[in-house]
Amino acid sequence: MTTVAHEKLSMAQALNRALRDAMTDDPSVVLFGEDIGALGGVFRITDGLTAAFGESRCFDTPLAESGIVGMAVGMAMNGMRPVVEMQFDAFAYPAFEQIISHVAKMRNRTRGRVGLPMVIRVPYAGGIGGVEHHCDSSEAYYAHTPGLQVVAPATPSDAYTLLRAAIESPDPVVFLEPKKLYWSKEEVEFPSRAAGIGTAVIRREGTDATLIAYGPSVPVALEAAAVAAQEGRSLQVVDLRSIVPFDDATVCAAVRSTGRAVVITESSGFAGVSAEIVARVTERCFTSLAAPVRRVTGMDIPYPPPKLEHFQLPGVDRVLDAVDDLSWEQ
Amino acid sequence: MTPDSRRLLPSATPVSLIDPEGRAVENSPYPAPDDATLLRSLGKLITARRLNDQAYALVRQGRLAVYPSSHGQEACQVAAAQVLDAQDWLFPTYRDTVAAVGKGVDPVEALSLLKGDWHCGYDPYEHRVAPHATPLATQLPHAVGVAHAARLRGEPTVVMAMCGDGGTSEGDFHEALNFAAVFQAPVVFFVQNNEYAISVPLARQTAAPSLAHKGIGYGVPGERVDGNDMAALLAVLGTAVDRARNGEGPQLIEAHTYRMQAHTNADDATRYRDDADVAAWVHRDPITRLRTYLTARGVLTDQAGAAFTAEAEKVATHLRDGLNRDIEPNPEDLFAYVYASPTPQLREQSAVIADELSREGAR
Repeated sequence: MTTVAHEKLSMAQALNRALRDAMTDDPSVVLFGEDIGALGGVFRITDGLTAAFGESRCFDTPLAESGIVGMAVGMAMNGMRPVVEMQFDAFAYPAFEQIISHVAKMRNRTRGRVGLPMVIRVPYAGGIGGVEHHCDSSEAYYAHTPGLQVVAPATPSDAYTLLRAAIESPDPVVFLEPKKLYWSKEEVEFPSRAAGIGTAVIRREGTDATLIAYGPSVPVALEAAAVAAQEGRSLQVVDLRSIVPFDDATVCAAVRSTGRAVVITESSGFAGVSAEIVARVTERCFTSLAAPVRRVTGMDIPYPPPKLEHFQLPGVDRVLDAVDDLSWEQ
Repeated sequence: MTPDSRRLLPSATPVSLIDPEGRAVENSPYPAPDDATLLRSLGKLITARRLNDQAYALVRQGRLAVYPSSHGQEACQVAAAQVLDAQDWLFPTYRDTVAAVGKGVDPVEALSLLKGDWHCGYDPYEHRVAPHATPLATQLPHAVGVAHAARLRGEPTVVMAMCGDGGTSEGDFHEALNFAAVFQAPVVFFVQNNEYAISVPLARQTAAPSLAHKGIGYGVPGERVDGNDMAALLAVLGTAVDRARNGEGPQLIEAHTYRMQAHTNADDATRYRDDADVAAWVHRDPITRLRTYLTARGVLTDQAGAAFTAEAEKVATHLRDGLNRDIEPNPEDLFAYVYASPTPQLREQSAVIADELSREGAR
């Protein structure tokens, strides 16, 4: 019988543990990127892994993101499971061509003969007072590209299980790590329960309206639901976890059960993942809806400087205002 | 300049073993390959030329959308494949179909991309040939990754990573050279400098003394070779492969050659270069040169020459037959390979097309 153990871990520690366990279980798992060796990454996600597994398993590269992702493509073609770190969301853009033209397409262009089991880890989004080019919510670029899986955990437990699943996946995964949640803690269960890529989860039951969120917006949704409960309104919270593949079944069942929905994302609203969610929900659940699906998103502006970033981030008040606007008078 | 940095410098002029008149070049730093090897190469060159010209003709007949011919560059194509072992990898560009065929890929499958049946028509693992790259130089970091993975496992694999003169201006070219050097990856970067990137001449790509000099900044030894001299190509590329296999790290080889035809059939080369320039390169043709050399040495018999022509015709017939055969593409394939298993959304979309087809059939 397997003994179940619990450990209180931050998301950063859970990710480190996932990498460590994956490297222990599978010798083809290799980590590389900028400052991930001796330093352990600027967020310490790879802390101690070079010491534990050696330079050939966890190593620093020249400072060139296209080279890093391109090299990972070659290593994945040749029997390895590379997990690469982009230091910050906006620093991943030099690798964009490699990600879009090769990472996403290799399996398809070779009729399934060459799969790329690789993970691109991206510390992402804002809320930490980061300066320019350190706080982008870049999920829409990746989610728009067929062939990529795009996930964003919101809890340490999901960070662990989703990263293990991403590394084991036969297909490439863009793994978005909400920076502001790196230090959030919870009891993580080992061995972990399986959370597959592509499954959303109901974080809080509720009957009046559904809040749909992922990654950094999930704690905002939960806090809003807690406040609403005090005001006598029961809000359900869906955590997508996986943007691609998208769990239409769970999301739509949730929205149908309440008849009202608000989508919350930190990224800009225009042509973003939030727009896709609203479209999907509206197409599939129209007859169950008592009100138009509302969005609370980042503004359509470049990410603000630290002293102004609170204007950009969806907060509890904005979420509750959107909930108030869901045609309750009917 | 230190002795260590001097070893990075390419030759002052491209290495040549057989001159354009078909005569052996005296005092070359590289030994000439033996006659049997060169005779084999001549056969491959004749087939390569026939393949290029057959593919070009098939475009005019509407069987291929387009063909970027390596006519005139066949010695580079043949040599790149000939110096590799079965365990080695080749990373070709869109103009390197003949090199891919040299490594064992069926020419019909190699041209699937241009016929329009699918993107990559061959199994890259079967002959260790990566899919043709059409975005420039993006395949070079992949080559480094394949080489590094092999090195981590202690395998003696060498990777031949090809690109053109235009490709050397891309960021991925520089990142790949730098990564390969830092990790001492066994990669031979092979640049075919055919003087034009579609219409833009070499002078607009670089102010460097030569493309081979670009290795210096990364600690990668460079070498220049006459790209229409089969013997020199085999010697220089073969030496680079041996060094890479022996753990001496990456090398950068620049072959000086010329694109005798337009970029593709869709291009009009008269808009940017003179016929006289092209004519001057006819004199440097790689096949004529090797044939003259081997004939003078009494190695090439009429019988062998006839056998080469017959073999080339056989390959051309195979290509023609293969490209004239219409394969009914299956639209379900569009959804089958996006992921290892289709997402629920892709299954829905595949069903939409199946439904459209069934309604068309019912009409």
